[in-house]
Amino acid sequence: MAVETGTVDSSVQHAEGMPQLDVSTFPNQIFWLVVTLVVIYLILSRIAIPRIREILAERSRTIEQDIETAASVRAKAVECEQAYEAALDKARSRAREIVAEARAGIAGELETATEDADRRIAAKLAESEERIGEIRADALRSIEMVATDVADDIVRAVMPSIHDSGAVRAAVAARIADTGGA
Amino acid sequence: MAAESGSNGFNIHPMDQFLVRPLLGKTDIGVFTPTNVTLWMGLTVLVIIALMVLAPRRRAMVPGRMQSIAEVLYGFVYKMVEDIAGREGLRYFPYILTIFMFVLVANVLGLLPMSFTTTSHIAVTATMALVIFLAVTILGFVKNGARFLGLFWISSAPLVLRPILAIIEIISYFVRPVSHSIRLAGNMMAGHAVIKVFAGFAGVLGIGSIAPVVAIMAVYGLESLVVCIQAYVFTILTCVYLNDALHPQH
Repeated sequence: MAVETGTVDSSVQHAEGMPQLDVSTFPNQIFWLVVTLVVIYLILSRIAIPRIREILAERSRTIEQDIETAASVRAKAVECEQAYEAALDKARSRAREIVAEARAGIAGELETATEDADRRIAAKLAESEERIGEIRADALRSIEMVATDVADDIVRAVMPSIHDSGAVRAAVAARIADTGGA
Repeated sequence: MAAESGSNGFNIHPMDQFLVRPLLGKTDIGVFTPTNVTLWMGLTVLVIIALMVLAPRRRAMVPGRMQSIAEVLYGFVYKMVEDIAGREGLRYFPYILTIFMFVLVANVLGLLPMSFTTTSHIAVTATMALVIFLAVTILGFVKNGARFLGLFWISSAPLVLRPILAIIEIISYFVRPVSHSIRLAGNMMAGHAVIKVFAGFAGVLGIGSIAPVVAIMAVYGLESLVVCIQAYVFTILTCVYLNDALHPQH
């Protein structure tokens, strides 16, 4: 049913009724529609969609990478800080060690020096005691000799009859032994 | 409505803009005749190439304005398909994007003064709606076999109601392509015809034509919105039908 019946005016063609219902133009419209849709589909699916998808994928990849880089840099910074802290701790403990060592060394030296001094004092003491003992023994011997001589002389002068040098010496020795060595 | 105005002196022809005319002098229109349909569909293709192919050609990491538009359109349709038809629906994303881009760009181009709106023709929208209807129905049976009929058998309803609901569901299923196509063509035609009628008033009212001019501006603003919304609606319905085919269980 051709609603449109050519021209009313001589120059301009006017629509009568709805041109949308003019079935005679349908095959033409449908043909061009199909051509258009196929062309658009090919353009979009072959070129546009892969291109835009690539752009979006690359963008999200870049953003992800940037975030990753930031995270790794931060991790590195934390690592550096930890390493620094560790180094500081190590240095501190090393210093403490050195101080302790030095202190221990000084104490040891002091001890050995004290020991040495003690030993030397003890040696000197022992030597001195020995000499004192010797001197005392000498003195005792001299006393005994003098006492024996004196006693012998006295006995000889008083009672020459019973004078016996051996007996006198023994008596003096006994007497001295009796009174003790001191 | 336009038939009577053509004969008397009241010189408004709001439907003239919808006439399919041959581009070259010939008067009869065959299947392959280049017409204004060819011209405006060709321009639609060119705009889509410029927007979706040329704009992102530099693959900028930080997109410029045009590349942003391409990315936003891509992301918008991609998310729509994913949200409505699920991950399985993403296989059909290129087809949905094709439909969306065609309808959107054809609609927007139709808003240019003196232009021809290809999507205002029922032949165009009905062809698309029928192809979508057939494709989705076949896909439903191929993917689900007889289980696809479960779409009409609402298992959550009481048993008594199910046959009645099934009849209603079947009717509504077959009405889909009709509503799908007439919604788009009707919206496009009505808005453009109204603008044209106001323009006709403006031509005869002299100084008083300020009123129709203001009205045209208002309707044009509304139409700018309607044009995008109808492209969105057409596409989202396609996604819904696709989802029914992929997941017939309610």
